[in-house]
Order: sequence, then C-alpha cells, then structure tokens
Amino acid sequence: MKIRYFAWLRERTGTSEETIELPETVKTAGELMSWLAARDEGYAFAFEQPETIRIAVNQEHVEEDHVLSGTEEVAFFPPMTGG
Amino acid sequence: MTNSTTTEFTVRVQAEDFDVLAETEILTKGRKDVGAIVTFTGLCRDEGGTLEALELEHYPGMAEAQISKFAQQAVERWPLTGLTIIHRFGKIPPGDNIVLVIATSSHRRAAFEASDFLMDFLKTQAPFWKKEHLKEASDGTWVEAKAVDDADAARWNEDKPK
Repeated sequence: MKIRYFAWLRERTGTSEETIELPETVKTAGELMSWLAARDEGYAFAFEQPETIRIAVNQEHVEEDHVLSGTEEVAFFPPMTGG
Repeated sequence: MTNSTTTEFTVRVQAEDFDVLAETEILTKGRKDVGAIVTFTGLCRDEGGTLEALELEHYPGMAEAQISKFAQQAVERWPLTGLTIIHRFGKIPPGDNIVLVIATSSHRRAAFEASDFLMDFLKTQAPFWKKEHLKEASDGTWVEAKAVDDADAARWNEDKPK
C-alpha cells in the first residue's frame, strides 16, 4: 500500500511517500495512524493529534473508520488551506 | 434543481500565472447568450511588509479531481453558460495571482453564487496547503485552517436555492 504525506505531516515524518505492507491488525485508516505513530519520534510527532488529520483513500476524502481493504493509496494531511 | 444539460467547465492546476482577460474571453467569444461574468481572483497578500512569499503545496491528481467535483456540482446547481477554475502551486510572491474562478451566465445571480460557492469549497476541500515564508525568518510557517472558512462552506448545505 502506498502512503503519502503532505505539508507538516511530510516534514515531521521526513517522508513524502512510501510503500508499506499493511499489518493484519490494522483494518481502518484510524488504526493505520496509530500504527504509524508507534514507528519513531518523527511519526509520533506527526500523528500526535490524529483528530486534526485529514485522510484520503484513492484521492477521496474519508473518515478514520474507513476500512482499508484493497486500498491502493492512502494520504494523510492537515486541514486544507487553498484558495 | 439539476439542469437537464450541463455546461462544460475547465479546471487547471498549474505553476504558471494566468491571464484573467484571456481566460474570460474564452468564455464569451462568439456567443450572445452571456449576460453576466463574475471573475474572482485570489492574490498573495502581504502582511505588513513581512512576507517574502507563500509556498503552495498540493496533492497532484486529487487537487484536480476535487476541484472538478465541485465544478460539476456548480454547473448542476446553477444555470451557468461557462466556468473556468485555475489554481496555482509553488512559490508565489505578494501581489501575484493564486486562484481564479470565472463563472458566466445569462443573469448575474447564478454567476455570483456559483463563484462564491466554488471559492468556499476550494478553501476547505481542495488539497492545497499554504506555507508563509517571512523575510526575517529562515523557516516557513504553515498557515492554519480557519473555522470561518468551514462555516462559509457549510452555508451551501443549508441554503439550497430554488
């Protein structure tokens, strides 16, 4: 599964995109955030307030209870500030 | 209410600047049914002489898809004759253009409302993030999302036109 990070999530994780093998215990986008947060300090910092983080699956906005099966691309990013 | 025929629209996400007059002319040239043109241009605004530039990061692919989704909603909701949306990314100095919405219609109300609607959703739902680079600081600061922008976007769910 491809994971992408934008804005301060990209900076804090030190990664713009990576491919991971989804552990069997991780079913939802929210569980994926908890799993990523446990990786190292940078990831812990990035995901310290998961409720503020926006999630997209295959480039569509989803909520954290979204089930990830068959998902090709997950993206995590802060609230958007375009326009 | 949904129109039976939907108007085509143009969505572009690009690094380069845009020409408001040229883009407007594309929507009006050779037609006589356009009675109203509303153009909204969002510029990079300086904060008391301190801003070096805004850096706009975006999610390629999703940015175009999200803007197109709202453009589609706009042409279904209002009787537009034309619609163009351009959003820039990259480093943009104060005074330069960031975003353009042009809505044309037979009568003014549709063009005003559609452009207002689109800007509200561009601000809150299109995957762009602004970072401020100040003249006096080496590191940039991410601009925080504003609750008032979410409230503006929410207006369109309560207030459906006839």
